[in-house]
Amino acid sequence: MDMVRAHVLCCGGTGCTSSGCEAIIKEMETQLAANGLEKEIKVIKTGCFGLCALGPVMIVYPEGCFYSRVQAEDVKEIVEEHLLKGRIVKRLLYKETIEEDKIKSLNEVDFYKKQKRIALRNCGVIDPENIDEYIAFDGYKALGKCLTELSPTDVIEEIKKSGLRGRGGGGFPTGLKWQFAAASQNEKKYVCCNADEGDPGAFMDRSILEGDPHAVIEAMAIAGYAIGADQGYVYIRAEYPIAVKRLQIAIDQAKEYGLLGKGIFGTDFNFDLEIRLGAGAFVCGEETALMTSIEGKRGEPRPRPPFPAVKGLWEKPTILNNVETYANIPQIINNGADWFGSMGTEKSKGTKVFALGGKINNTGLVEIPMGTTLREIVEEIGGGIPNGKKFKAAQTGGPSGGCIPAHLMDTPIDYDSLIAIGSMMGSGGLIVMDEDNCMVDIAKFFLEFTVDESCGKCTPCRIGTRRLLELLTKITEGKGTMEDIDKMEELCYSIKESSLCGLGQTAPNPVLSTLRYFRDEYEAHVRDKVCPAGVCKALSKYMIDPEKCKGCSLCARQCPVGAISGEVRSPFVIAQDKCIKCGACMSGCKFGAIYKK
Amino acid sequence: MVNLKINGIDVSVPEGYTVLQAAREAGIDIPTLCYLKDVSHTGSCRMCVVEIKGARALQAACVYPVAEGIEVLTHSARVKRARKATLELILSNHDRKCLTCVRNQNCELQALCDELGVEEIAYEGVRNEYEIDDLSPSIVRDNNKCVLCRRCVSVCKDVQTVGVIDTMERGFATKVGCAFDKPLAETACVNCGQCIAACPVGALREKDGTDLVWDAIEDEDKYVIVQTAPAVRAALGEEFGYPIGTPVTGKMAAALKRMGFDKAFDTDTGADLTIMEEGTELLDRLQNGGKLPLITSCSPGWIKFCEHNYPDFLDNLSSCKSPHQMFGAILKSYYAKKEGIDPKKMFVVSVMPCVAKKFESAREEMECDGLRDVDAVITTRELARMIKQSGIKFRELPDEEFDNPFERATGAGVIFGTTGGVTEAALRTLYELVEKKPLDKVEFAAVRGTEGIKEATVTLGGKDVRVAIAHGLGNARKLLDSIRSGEKNYEFIEIMACPGGCVTGGGQPICSAKTYMDIDVKAERAKALYTEDERLTIRKSHENPDVKKLYDEFLEKPGSHVSHELLHTHYKARPKY
Repeated sequence: MDMVRAHVLCCGGTGCTSSGCEAIIKEMETQLAANGLEKEIKVIKTGCFGLCALGPVMIVYPEGCFYSRVQAEDVKEIVEEHLLKGRIVKRLLYKETIEEDKIKSLNEVDFYKKQKRIALRNCGVIDPENIDEYIAFDGYKALGKCLTELSPTDVIEEIKKSGLRGRGGGGFPTGLKWQFAAASQNEKKYVCCNADEGDPGAFMDRSILEGDPHAVIEAMAIAGYAIGADQGYVYIRAEYPIAVKRLQIAIDQAKEYGLLGKGIFGTDFNFDLEIRLGAGAFVCGEETALMTSIEGKRGEPRPRPPFPAVKGLWEKPTILNNVETYANIPQIINNGADWFGSMGTEKSKGTKVFALGGKINNTGLVEIPMGTTLREIVEEIGGGIPNGKKFKAAQTGGPSGGCIPAHLMDTPIDYDSLIAIGSMMGSGGLIVMDEDNCMVDIAKFFLEFTVDESCGKCTPCRIGTRRLLELLTKITEGKGTMEDIDKMEELCYSIKESSLCGLGQTAPNPVLSTLRYFRDEYEAHVRDKVCPAGVCKALSKYMIDPEKCKGCSLCARQCPVGAISGEVRSPFVIAQDKCIKCGACMSGCKFGAIYKK
Repeated sequence: MVNLKINGIDVSVPEGYTVLQAAREAGIDIPTLCYLKDVSHTGSCRMCVVEIKGARALQAACVYPVAEGIEVLTHSARVKRARKATLELILSNHDRKCLTCVRNQNCELQALCDELGVEEIAYEGVRNEYEIDDLSPSIVRDNNKCVLCRRCVSVCKDVQTVGVIDTMERGFATKVGCAFDKPLAETACVNCGQCIAACPVGALREKDGTDLVWDAIEDEDKYVIVQTAPAVRAALGEEFGYPIGTPVTGKMAAALKRMGFDKAFDTDTGADLTIMEEGTELLDRLQNGGKLPLITSCSPGWIKFCEHNYPDFLDNLSSCKSPHQMFGAILKSYYAKKEGIDPKKMFVVSVMPCVAKKFESAREEMECDGLRDVDAVITTRELARMIKQSGIKFRELPDEEFDNPFERATGAGVIFGTTGGVTEAALRTLYELVEKKPLDKVEFAAVRGTEGIKEATVTLGGKDVRVAIAHGLGNARKLLDSIRSGEKNYEFIEIMACPGGCVTGGGQPICSAKTYMDIDVKAERAKALYTEDERLTIRKSHENPDVKKLYDEFLEKPGSHVSHELLHTHYKARPKY
């Protein structure tokens, strides 16, 4: 590797790519060349830093300056001032990192302070398209150790001892899964990776593959060694082009270095890896549906048993783990099960990556030790709710999960605690809601998603979720009855009990958990015909306060449907039968005379 | 053996059993909808859910393998509630036009509603609405009635390996259809109608031909002749409450005469004729180095399958028309002339266990001198409906004979209706023609039975003739692939499109999934035919006096110019898409 004076690490994750990091990197290279610095300063496009809300972001080492919301026109200044003259561009520094006249280490800012990056260890640190950088950060050391020092049983024992549980949502003990597959006698076995991340708002798997693809490759090879498989498949959604590209580059490089293929590390262990692109069906995140899809068939789940460890892909013993689970494996092998087990809670070891979204200041990716409370995540790491609004609930587990209300904010985040309060870990989406969110509407949003994504194979999910959505819609339109609420609850339990796969079995969770904690909101919609948060259009009304209205006629002119009328200089009125509730009048009124009821 | 507890009772069943099977052996009836023995085991409808101690969600009994020590509850309150809810959901997306449905009173969904005590429609909401696909000459699909059990898909794709229907779209919009939403008629569907036999409801049915037949009967100008295939007699009784496997030949003949047909004949005569022609063709090919193996051509589903999927085997197909087509051609030529009837006024109706025969009779080749061999084909089910429409008390009918001439069917013709029957009939005749001595024993046990592919070797004139029999197109595919690859070689092959042969054809009375769990329908119906065969005095085609007379008076000899004109046909390769 070249000796350089400084490193500029630019985030090249999907978030920063969409906010323009490619142009910044290009400009950076142009400016460095213009100043003759191209040999002294190295620009590296890394994976995600986590603080997506501040993108595009970059870090300049050795100082560790964290520049946020960088624009292409800022680059010249960074190069000429910081890189050439050594003067830090203060205006671009992430505010949290400035402490009097010092720069705080990123690890000390609120967002990172409570994080513990294991799965995301290399994200934002190395160039994911360069295998040498991965190797320099102990990459493939774990695979080497497994192949040359440990027996397959040792590997499985180590993983079991670590207490690692599946990060895809189910939380099944990974070591146990491997043990079952290892015990299945068959000449052919498969190792699969679930990179079909489908929960709305979750993007940790994408970030890992974009930022540290070799970690997943290394882990899959270790898994292959442990269970006796020589072929692996990564099932990844086609909607993740950057991840697909970087993963393919990484696979090619690993093959070139002999880290995939035949006789790895001079042993007789062979392992090959291929990518399979998903076509965007959420159900293909379910393990049997994923395997059916890899087989080239319509992605639909099949009944279990037989479990994949016995009969999986092409009816051969197969293990399937998700990206984040794999990303933990090399670390466990390198640092030992005890090290991993020292983090987290009694039954949920290690860390978990969450994608923070919704009504929260620091949207982005965070990795926290299991057992961290929701309050810590929202208030400290996430920086609280914007605009001084009040926290109402957090949704975890995506469309399969549930809402956690404010009074349970101190619940430690781990598999079992979340289940106990009616939610679930899921793959790690965490959506924060404030007082402006209608919980019935939220339930409806998630249900619309599952209705859309149901594969249609089993009756309860195919028809049941649809009927559930119809009942919810009826309620949000103010046409519901109290019996509908009971009927809906009953239907939820039927769908949960009878559905064929995890999608259907968990689809009613958003409804059930909102019913559990926010039943009063449902009842307000039904009994009082009111949406307390003012979200449900059919139940809201725009009114003009005659006391405040000056009769300026602006609202009447702005109304797209001509629903407002009146005499100039006297109060205007809204014809409710014409109003489409777009809110244009209210946002335009200079006197605050228009309100929503 | 595996030991488990079902509803607190100790049960011991062989390994590999499902909970459904185990429960059934223990005398417990678990409701099912998508499950169909030997055909569909997807666990998708969720009607058969049971509680398995320790499992989080309810499990589908039809696919849950028994395991040592498991404890199952099949009718707990939790289970019953869940099943009923699922059934109510199905009903909420079903058109519920029971009164006008062809499957009224023979519908598994109706039966479930009764069994589970559904008394009201619990869920209102949008219902999918579909156009009915009735463009196929054989099969009508009404997706408004479809419950998405996918039994039709499984039988088409997995059993028959035809695979022209599958599920499309997803979620609530899921439907069964053909690629690119084409009508069935424009696909490589072979019209076997096994999908109809598999359908638990009225989403699939035969294209109805009864009106056409009634019109012909009412038409004073028309001379309407009906002929019935061998397999019809083995199953028609089921429509009138007889146990499966009860032959009702005599009552059927009596009914036909009372319905207004001018003549009622037995297609068995056509079958005997087929043996004479096909047997001669085989001998000719064996002796003169013709294309071998010779493959039978009685099954129109198989013929179309071959045309789409194995065009390289078209020259192996016997050029013989199928028995009812042969017989139709003879009726409109020989018989018409003999009786002085204008063949143009003759209307031949074939009652078949088959819906592919509807397609077959409409093939352009199936005519001679501008006269269609057969004018209408109805299935056993349609005949049963017509009998009911005639106010005939079927069970009280006397046993009568078919009309004269052609009333003397042979046992050989009768067994055509089951797998191996054509081969056995052919062997009875070929042996005696070649060896010039009577058979000691007319039964050929090796070609009987319900095994998917059967093989036998017989010696004819000092030469070994290797014979194979396949029933069900999946088995046909296996057999042909083994020949294509050079792994196997035969001189004679019998292929029937439907598993079991014609007795379980797509036009036969429909049995419920429960029936299939308890009874081997194809074996029972076959038994009816073998019993008939034993009962008959003439059991070899070449001994049929009517057929002999036919050759003497009209056709001269098998394979003659006249018989080629009337009794033989040709085939064409068809694209798969």
